[in-house]
Amino acid sequence: MKRRSFVRVLALAASVAAIGTSSTTFAQQKTVKIGVLHSLSGTMAISETVLKDTVLMAIDEINAAGGVMGAKIEPVVVDPASNWPLFAEKARQLLTQDKVAVVFGCWTSVSRKSVLPVFEELNGLLFYPVQYEGEEISKNVFYTGAAPNQQAIPAVEYLMSKDGGAAKRWVLLGTDYVYPRTTNKILRAFLKSKGVADSDIMEEYTPFGHSDYQTIIAKIKKFSSEGKKTAVVSTINGDSNVPFYKELGNQGLKATDVPVVAFSVGEEELRGVDTKPLVGHLAAWNYFMSIKAPANDAWTKKWATYAKTKNIAGHKEKPLTNDPMEATYIGMYMWKQAVEKAKSFDVDKVRVAMAGQTFTAPSGITSTMDAKNHHLHKAVFIGEVKADGQFNVVWKTKGPVKAQPWSPFIPGNDKKKDEPALMADKKG
Amino acid sequence: MERLASDDNDEKIAAIAALVAEGDPKAADVLKQAAEGEIEIDGKKVEIVVNNRVRGRIAEALSVLKLLSSEKGERLSAAKALAGGADAAFLPLVKKSLESETDPGIKSLLEMTAASMQMKSEDRTTRLAATRMLGESADPSARALLTEAASDPDAEIRAEAQRSLSGVQSRLVWGEWLGLAFAGVSLGSILLLAALGLAITYGLMGVINMAHGELIMIGAYTTYVVQNFFRGSSLFDWYLLAAIPAAFLVSAAVGMLLERSVIRWLYGRPLETLLATWGISLVLIQAVRTVFGAQNVQVENPAFMSGGIQVLSNVVLPWSRVMIILFAALVLIGMWLLLTRTRLGLYIRGVTQNRDMAACVGVPTGRIDTWAFGLGSGIAGLAGCALSQLGNVGPDLGQAYIVDSFLVVVFGGVGQLAGTVYAALTLGFANKLLESWSGAVLAKIALLVFIIVFIQRRPQGLFALKGRAVEA
Repeated sequence: MKRRSFVRVLALAASVAAIGTSSTTFAQQKTVKIGVLHSLSGTMAISETVLKDTVLMAIDEINAAGGVMGAKIEPVVVDPASNWPLFAEKARQLLTQDKVAVVFGCWTSVSRKSVLPVFEELNGLLFYPVQYEGEEISKNVFYTGAAPNQQAIPAVEYLMSKDGGAAKRWVLLGTDYVYPRTTNKILRAFLKSKGVADSDIMEEYTPFGHSDYQTIIAKIKKFSSEGKKTAVVSTINGDSNVPFYKELGNQGLKATDVPVVAFSVGEEELRGVDTKPLVGHLAAWNYFMSIKAPANDAWTKKWATYAKTKNIAGHKEKPLTNDPMEATYIGMYMWKQAVEKAKSFDVDKVRVAMAGQTFTAPSGITSTMDAKNHHLHKAVFIGEVKADGQFNVVWKTKGPVKAQPWSPFIPGNDKKKDEPALMADKKG
Repeated sequence: MERLASDDNDEKIAAIAALVAEGDPKAADVLKQAAEGEIEIDGKKVEIVVNNRVRGRIAEALSVLKLLSSEKGERLSAAKALAGGADAAFLPLVKKSLESETDPGIKSLLEMTAASMQMKSEDRTTRLAATRMLGESADPSARALLTEAASDPDAEIRAEAQRSLSGVQSRLVWGEWLGLAFAGVSLGSILLLAALGLAITYGLMGVINMAHGELIMIGAYTTYVVQNFFRGSSLFDWYLLAAIPAAFLVSAAVGMLLERSVIRWLYGRPLETLLATWGISLVLIQAVRTVFGAQNVQVENPAFMSGGIQVLSNVVLPWSRVMIILFAALVLIGMWLLLTRTRLGLYIRGVTQNRDMAACVGVPTGRIDTWAFGLGSGIAGLAGCALSQLGNVGPDLGQAYIVDSFLVVVFGGVGQLAGTVYAALTLGFANKLLESWSGAVLAKIALLVFIIVFIQRRPQGLFALKGRAVEA
């Protein structure tokens, strides 16, 4: 007992020292630890680094407003380096050594799949902020990104519509791992249900970090000239997107001829790419920086000041916000609300309190955590790339859409329950 | 004008057609504004949402308006832009300009445009004539239209479409092969640049330098730093001219430092060299991560390297790749001249062929080793400078190229510069050919399997050194 309290005092002293001498609350200030599990190096760093900063910004904000139930939040940032087994190791370290109350992290589905057993075994709590392929509900994860019916399906429907160009032939292009493969499986089934023949669908995959897209673009060009209007659905992830879009622009494949809709490309990924030749290519998200809403103006301004004071590379000169940042931010605040409702940091109690939480997202739309399936109800936006790297919203849903993590386009899913299996169910 | 600002895209498109048909001289200006997303109505600015469909129509409308221009160059570019056909609403205008056109080149282009637009005509004879006409085309969009016509209800049109289609296809197939060949040469040139430095350090000197990839990475980061110096200045487009020597010198300096401090003590002990240089590579990666951060840094292409040159209707060669092929050729020539025409080259060749004899006749072998290693490292730096124009620049950049570089050198035959060139081009072609058949993932696997088998059959590589110079 004594040793433990001594360690706690020591930790407190260290944290106070780290904060500096400005703190006046030397008296028993409680802290709660939060894990941040995003790749800060490797192929995914292009997308994930900024999510770490978003978490830190939200923590600063919450701490300045008095913390969570009077406790200051203390972030524990680790770098799993785009290395999937390392994700599991770091998750275990966060849960067992640092004893964090909750973890915000992961981008790729393969990283989420590798930490999932750890969270289930140790009964941790993970907030996953990125759109993904569905086919998963864990009681230990809250998914604040989009499920396929909140991103992929509406995007394809839009391209099929008259306004989207009435596409009849499809190229499904992705990085070779679980998210693109599953999404494309769902999309293939969806397209078939709309009467698209197999010969009108081309599927292509590239390895992580692939950088030579010459042949792929040549193939797309050839495929598009062999029949009716063609559209490309890109699930390329990470820094491969930069060479892909550079090649697309250099080879002069225009959006008016062959539009490319991407599910993992936002404002951040297009930074540093010359977007003038890319005007009109699309992305589907639940948030765009260019959305006109007072909540968004306030949020982007907040981010700009934060990036400037924290000297975040790139963002201090050109602050950008994107969809996964928004999802991270929503997740953070929903967790805070749930903790306050449950009056406890205990994972099981927080989980129950999460159901039905609402939060007015920066997109100006009030997101609701579904009462059962651990996913958010979100609105869907489709944007076209503008010459300045921002997106021009050309289509949106009327209101929030409920997530369908078990896509109806995969056989057998109709029998699956729209809520996580609890231990008792599993045993039975 | 008001209809342009409507929320309904059908209305907008009808408004565009109306604007063009009216022949209003201000139409072009209004449309240009609309493409930017804002038009002026009665002095008030109104925002309009322009999506791909509307933007495509606006671009067509602008081209159609340009067809009436008195300047030949403008008419030609407009006709080229319309080669793939346009909205049927513009047909009367295209026909009108066809009648008044005097230049035969533009005229034939416009005839194709008109034919493309008539493919959807209600009238059977018009459709038939259009189908026949398109058979002369070499535009990829003609193939798309003809494929559709091949399932026309009318049998005569179907047959005509088939005939035209095979004509178009035979013309397009040349472009496809040319594109593939270019992709192969381009990849080959990149592999060559990455491997050329290694051909000296490993091929000639026998040092298994696992930090070679990191020397490439240092070259890329040097380019980044030089680019930042030029940012905001009017000379920004020419920063590469400064970056090329800088990348060479910085990488060469790092390489020479490595040679003097570490590798020199390990000559003749390949295993230890391998371990030591691998350790150095990790140190260099971490050093760069500490200085520049773990995230990729942005190296922008100068304006003259964006875009591409249209060779055939379905082949566009990106400038960046054309430049890098030329650059690789220049580096190769430069290195060949250095090795065969200068005293330093003579010494390097002498030392690598027979060290003791070279020492006996007074060649300072130790210093020559340093210079040779510096040369190899500097060329790695040049490769980094070139790679920064195509891919991402991050601390891990070198890791992606180290395996490929060794493959090229080993495949070509250790100690043979010519072998390295042939190997780089062969691997580039083979990779692209396989990629177009089986996809990128399988192509990579197939290539590695091929090299394993090849090395087992012929461990000395494509070209082996002959005679007594071969060391055991």
